[in-house]
Amino acid sequence: MSFGSLPEFFAMGGHGLYVWLSYGAALLVVFFNAAWVRFARRRYLREAADRTQRSSAAMQAAQETESGRL
Amino acid sequence: MTLKEFWHRLGSPRWFYQISGPFGWVFGSLAMALLVIGTYWGLAVAPPDYQQGNSFRIIYVHVPSAILAQSAYMLMGAAGLVLLVWRMKLADMVLAATVPFGMSMTALALFTGAVWGKPTWGAWWVWDARTTSMLVLLFLYIGLYALRQAVPRQEAAGRACAVLAVVGVVNIPIIKYSVDWWLTLHQGATFKLTESPSMPPEMWLPLLVNVLGFYCFFGANLVGRLRLEILRREHGTAWVQELMAGGRT
Repeated sequence: MSFGSLPEFFAMGGHGLYVWLSYGAALLVVFFNAAWVRFARRRYLREAADRTQRSSAAMQAAQETESGRL
Repeated sequence: MTLKEFWHRLGSPRWFYQISGPFGWVFGSLAMALLVIGTYWGLAVAPPDYQQGNSFRIIYVHVPSAILAQSAYMLMGAAGLVLLVWRMKLADMVLAATVPFGMSMTALALFTGAVWGKPTWGAWWVWDARTTSMLVLLFLYIGLYALRQAVPRQEAAGRACAVLAVVGVVNIPIIKYSVDWWLTLHQGATFKLTESPSMPPEMWLPLLVNVLGFYCFFGANLVGRLRLEILRREHGTAWVQELMAGGRT
């Protein structure tokens, strides 16, 4: 262990601002890359499901009007 | 399966989709474990540098992101070449799926470099060979992203991006050797194939762990992005329709 106490660890010998800024940015980049895949996939699947539902509903409606005419 | 068969199958988005699911999870879990270990080791356990003190700990995010920025670009260059020569569909998807990741890694390397430069060199930014060639890499990524948005036909956009990706590969050796060719503030490479590292093991081991962790994260992220790209582009095919209808994506 390189540090004696937790405050010492956060202070990073006076370089705390630089070290934590770098690690914070790295965490953000990793998090957003991971989260993007998850959210984009979920959104795409939901939209695709809506599309198929709409098109099958439209098909059904078309069939009903046709059978009503007969 | 012979090599030729493997190559042929690799071009099939359907085959890739079917086998790739578990890879995302394996790479993702490995990345999580390696990054937690490497970061803790580098931040709290490794000894401070005798000149730079604790600011040197930025190396554990700066070097991995810089390596990945270049590796991702090399992958795009290779994918671009494969697309131009063999017209492999999956290669174009790899190219498209790698751009955002590589761009974010390049930005991270530049940002952490600037933050490290302030206490070490006394300036956030210097027009140094290494920093400038990395900035060019960022512009290449932005160019690739913009080019795909700008060309409406998918096939033409793919081919244009492939050409740009392949041509841009010349920048990679410039980045790599910039610290040897020009007088520079930037320090030399930490890891070299032919020499042992200039740091003691208690400093470079956590770095190695984080570099491997970043590679695994790239693997997981690329698999995830590729699978979504495949669903999007192949949405009209019978196998994707079947997959979606059964809810087994």
